[in-house]
Amino acid sequence: MSFLVLKTPPAKVEVVQAGKGRDLLFLHGAGGHMPNDPLLATLATKYRVSAPLLPGYGRSEGEDGLRDMLDVTLHALDVMEKLKLKNPIVVGHSMGGMIAAEMASIAHTEIEKLCLLAPAGLWLDDHPIADIFAKLPYELPALLFHDAEAGKKLLTAGGGDMGDIEFLKQFLVMNARRLGMAGKLLFPIPDRGLAGRLHRITAKTLIVWGREDVLIPPIYGDAFKKAVSKSKLIKIAKAGHAVGQEKPAAVLKAIQDFF
Amino acid sequence: MKFTWFHLMPWPHMPDDFRQKHRSVWVDLPNKMYQPELGHIAYHQYLDQLEYAEKVGFDGIGVNEHHANAYGLMPSPNIMAATLTRRTSKAALVVLGNSIALYNPPLRVAEEMAMLDVLSGGRLIAGFPVGTSMDTNYAYGTVPALTRERYAEAHDLIRKAWAADEPFAFNGRYTKLRYVNCWPKPIQNPPPVFIPGGGSVETYDFCLDNTYSYSYLSYSGYLRAKLLMEGYWKRVAERKADESPYRAGFAQVICVADTDEEAERLYGPHVSYFYNRCLHVYPGFADAPGYRTIKTIQSGALSQFAPGSGRDYPNMSWKDLTEGRYIVAGSPETVRQQMEELIKTLRVGNVFCLLHIGNMPDDKVRHSTRLFAEKVMPHLRNLWPDWKNHDDRFWCHPMHEPVPTRIAAE
Repeated sequence: MSFLVLKTPPAKVEVVQAGKGRDLLFLHGAGGHMPNDPLLATLATKYRVSAPLLPGYGRSEGEDGLRDMLDVTLHALDVMEKLKLKNPIVVGHSMGGMIAAEMASIAHTEIEKLCLLAPAGLWLDDHPIADIFAKLPYELPALLFHDAEAGKKLLTAGGGDMGDIEFLKQFLVMNARRLGMAGKLLFPIPDRGLAGRLHRITAKTLIVWGREDVLIPPIYGDAFKKAVSKSKLIKIAKAGHAVGQEKPAAVLKAIQDFF
Repeated sequence: MKFTWFHLMPWPHMPDDFRQKHRSVWVDLPNKMYQPELGHIAYHQYLDQLEYAEKVGFDGIGVNEHHANAYGLMPSPNIMAATLTRRTSKAALVVLGNSIALYNPPLRVAEEMAMLDVLSGGRLIAGFPVGTSMDTNYAYGTVPALTRERYAEAHDLIRKAWAADEPFAFNGRYTKLRYVNCWPKPIQNPPPVFIPGGGSVETYDFCLDNTYSYSYLSYSGYLRAKLLMEGYWKRVAERKADESPYRAGFAQVICVADTDEEAERLYGPHVSYFYNRCLHVYPGFADAPGYRTIKTIQSGALSQFAPGSGRDYPNMSWKDLTEGRYIVAGSPETVRQQMEELIKTLRVGNVFCLLHIGNMPDDKVRHSTRLFAEKVMPHLRNLWPDWKNHDDRFWCHPMHEPVPTRIAAE
């Protein structure tokens, strides 16, 4: 994998690039890229993957200039343009799926292939989404993965010592930057009006959900399916919210079969 | 020295197994625990106590704002302060304060505080907290990373609204008003302002820039507050501002009895109620990511998050709490000595005295309050003679001849 730094207003953007083949743009969820992210590695076996980090994540900067959904959506479109991708498959997971869906709603003549992995962005009163901002770190594996033990290993790979004050400080800074940014789209309710714009999507759209998703229940997949005209919904067994990291091969196959 | 008798107004009927049954006193504690008829009694008792504090000689009486919790039952401190304007006549009304990022438009705060200042004849001391994360983010839904920008803009609007003599337009990012026109205007222009802070350099500078008093509200006592307050005074020196002790205030849990032993017997259970039930906050609600600035985290002001530094309140005895000076408790002489040490080591001109604690019954509250007022306070009055024990910039300026409220009523 290689790192690329783009100059996109308001500031620089870190992009992870890997693989060869057709262009695929990947937008991460609120947790950012996982250490040695299995989904990115798997997608890179068949595609030329470009995975920019949202400002506030990694070495991407400029988060103070991004305050709301429109700011973030336009920023993501700018990044896509700067990357000079050719008719890419735009894939987004969770918060990244919300951003991807917004991009495809607003710039519907520019995005023809869209893949949403358990996207955020809708709210159903009868099926409230868990409040990730009030969760403690130890609660996350069970919220994100069907196999919480395996998920915990994925999340903490390369982790440091929380007893070390310097490491703890760095961790708190990273967490505040990332989730501080994510909160502008997801806090306190992850709904910024996407439901009123989904009808504008003209892209061929694949929606993928983990059957065991306890963060955003699979019924949201049906709601997205209903709202996006040229869409197909696939539910993957024994997978939680981090469906791509938990079942990377199945997600790759679904993308290859659909596009 | 200025002493403000401060009320938190907690819910006093949390059960003994509260900690086991509920994960948090704040945000998601079911309000079926709240019984309105008992609330009626508590509110009036609490307001009576504030009025009593004026009677026995406290300089100020204080209220504050919290939401969705059993720790403090004043979602609107202004309503409480309004009742006090009619039943008191001398004490400063310390409203500490309104969480200005939460009001839409924040002009509402300028208006209501102006009302309080006019009603009280210029006795308002205004407070502008950012609010705890539990209140501001979880209970009121403000986006954590945008909270401070919203706060700064609200502050700007309120100060402009108080200062202006003509309508003006305000084109903020979060508030757009074509006609800002604050009727009524405050008597004091502006009222003195206290800012509750928790150790961020930005807040030190904000207070210095605006001549506001920095108020550190902590329950862990003055020994642990020393480091933070040293940071503040260091900043004051760096900025070459004068070192008036009235630039700073500190909140302290205080219990006074005839003897040290009597203090433990009388107040021990209520102190335990406060530390173990009122402060039982689920860690997931304590600090939404983005609520604190990166600079504050980097400064290490939050080193209390390091393992081993956590305060283990459930296992702390009366001895631990008093010897560690979490609370100042004992005979009048014990309390006097410790308060003098607190005032001098932190260099504070304002003390917010927490003399109602947890589920303390009214007679004990009054007993402790009276002993403090009669046997402690007089000995602490003259600790800042160089400043003539008063700083006009950081206290209210009442009208010389306010209307006696009783006559107004007749």
